[in-house]
Amino acid sequence: MRVAVDLNRCQGYAQCVYLAHEVFRLTGQEALTYEPNPDDERRLQVERAAAACPVQAIVIDRLDGVEGSATS
Amino acid sequence: MTVPATVAELVREFRANGRIVIVGASLAGLRAAEALREEGFTGSLTIIGDEPHEPYDRPPLSKQVLKGWVAADHTKLPRLREVDAQWRLGVAATGLDRAARQVRTADGEQIPYDRLLIATGTRARQWPNPDEAALDGVCTLRSRDDAAQLQKALAAPPSRVLVIGAGFIGSEVASVCRELDLPVTVVERGSAPLVGALGGVIGEIAAEMQRDHGVDLRCGLGVSSLEGDAGGHVRRAHLSDGTIVDADVVVASLGSIRNVEWLEGAGLASGFWGVGCDAGGRAFDINGVVTDSIWVAGDVARAPHVLYEYQFLAMEHWDNAVLGAEAAAHNMVNLEPHYHPHLLLPGFWSGQFGVNIKSVGVPPFGDEIVFTQGSVKERHFAAAYGRRGRIVAAVTFDHGKWLEYYGKLIEQSGPFPPPPPGWDQPGDMKPIPAEFPQPGVPTAIPDVVLTGHDPSERRAEFRSRRR
Repeated sequence: MRVAVDLNRCQGYAQCVYLAHEVFRLTGQEALTYEPNPDDERRLQVERAAAACPVQAIVIDRLDGVEGSATS
Repeated sequence: MTVPATVAELVREFRANGRIVIVGASLAGLRAAEALREEGFTGSLTIIGDEPHEPYDRPPLSKQVLKGWVAADHTKLPRLREVDAQWRLGVAATGLDRAARQVRTADGEQIPYDRLLIATGTRARQWPNPDEAALDGVCTLRSRDDAAQLQKALAAPPSRVLVIGAGFIGSEVASVCRELDLPVTVVERGSAPLVGALGGVIGEIAAEMQRDHGVDLRCGLGVSSLEGDAGGHVRRAHLSDGTIVDADVVVASLGSIRNVEWLEGAGLASGFWGVGCDAGGRAFDINGVVTDSIWVAGDVARAPHVLYEYQFLAMEHWDNAVLGAEAAAHNMVNLEPHYHPHLLLPGFWSGQFGVNIKSVGVPPFGDEIVFTQGSVKERHFAAAYGRRGRIVAAVTFDHGKWLEYYGKLIEQSGPFPPPPPGWDQPGDMKPIPAEFPQPGVPTAIPDVVLTGHDPSERRAEFRSRRR
């Protein structure tokens, strides 16, 4: 699956770190790093993390099949 | 049929069967495509991108990827919806014919459009000496392939890394090197790291932070030349003060170049700072007249901003790509008075040396700075930038939760120094000069720049008064 975080919006509340610590990490007090393409088995965790984000900074894919992976 | 009804019919017809071409397949291009479909555009959509990869996210490249935590090809952007587009990936656009409404591509095709979105972004400025730039171990960092190459070079590991240029990318690379316990030298032509973006007062704090983390930081110096061994691998650098740095990985972080060369001769207001457009993303032509069929979004756009005396603002920021693309997409399939403006208050972040640096507004627009919260010594503070008694920007080190407060004040042209929020105010709240370099002093170009009032950077052509 695919994840991106709007790090402008992120304020380091770290709710995502509690809910999906294999995917989201804090470096220092408020700098978030994350795994952008985690395994699909993490999807439920990541969806919970995205829902729990107080500033709604986590973007996850809403598609299964993906276009654009090859030159047409 | 009345004229408005005819126009409305034309828009309906365009939404149903029109042809839109997006040049640029990164964040802005992808989000624009998704927004067009979301707006109900069902016509044909073509997305042209010079890289062979599907759209990926860049911020992780200089952090997670370099550290080796995430593979470079694990950065594909989330998709928000189906876009049902023709993807032309790995093929650069090489020309624009506005009269025929066609985009020319590197493989010789002419792709017709009714409406065009320019989202070609920027590329890394390469080390200026091509022979030296071609040495093994000399890298830049902008694309996914750059990141993969540099990550591999850092994992080798090298005996020392030389970073040329201490803007945000250079500083983040230096930070990753120290996290990987690699010796690193940073050479910056300006007086301190980040000085172009945040000024000399904050630059001094960034310099101390680098040195405390073991970076060999040398400011006020340039690199004169790079030297390779017999095998063509870079081994050392000669600095402008005559000293030599032995290094087997060199990262040239010299800022970015806007990808506008393919627009040469198209008569658009394109130049060094990008493609001039109005606040709704409509491109200006070279005479400063707005076009009806061409839009611009992302890093390559520059548009007048109400908060900054209507100067054209160029922003290389993530949310500028997303929101600019959404506004342009909306306007491409709607009519005035239903156009959306893209008037974003600039904001960025940078994670380095364990500290999260964030800013809002345009710091170089200010000439004074005041520390308003927290402690510089603990690198946990907020500071505001002012100009003529008004707040124009703010920066935080590990204090990002307060940025919204400053952002609101900036949007309202609030007073400077700003009324202090919270309780952790420093003892001394006197404004001091922010110490931005004078124009023309060589240092990193900040990634948010006010580029003057001229929609076109070339001289206007005037039509003769008589036929």
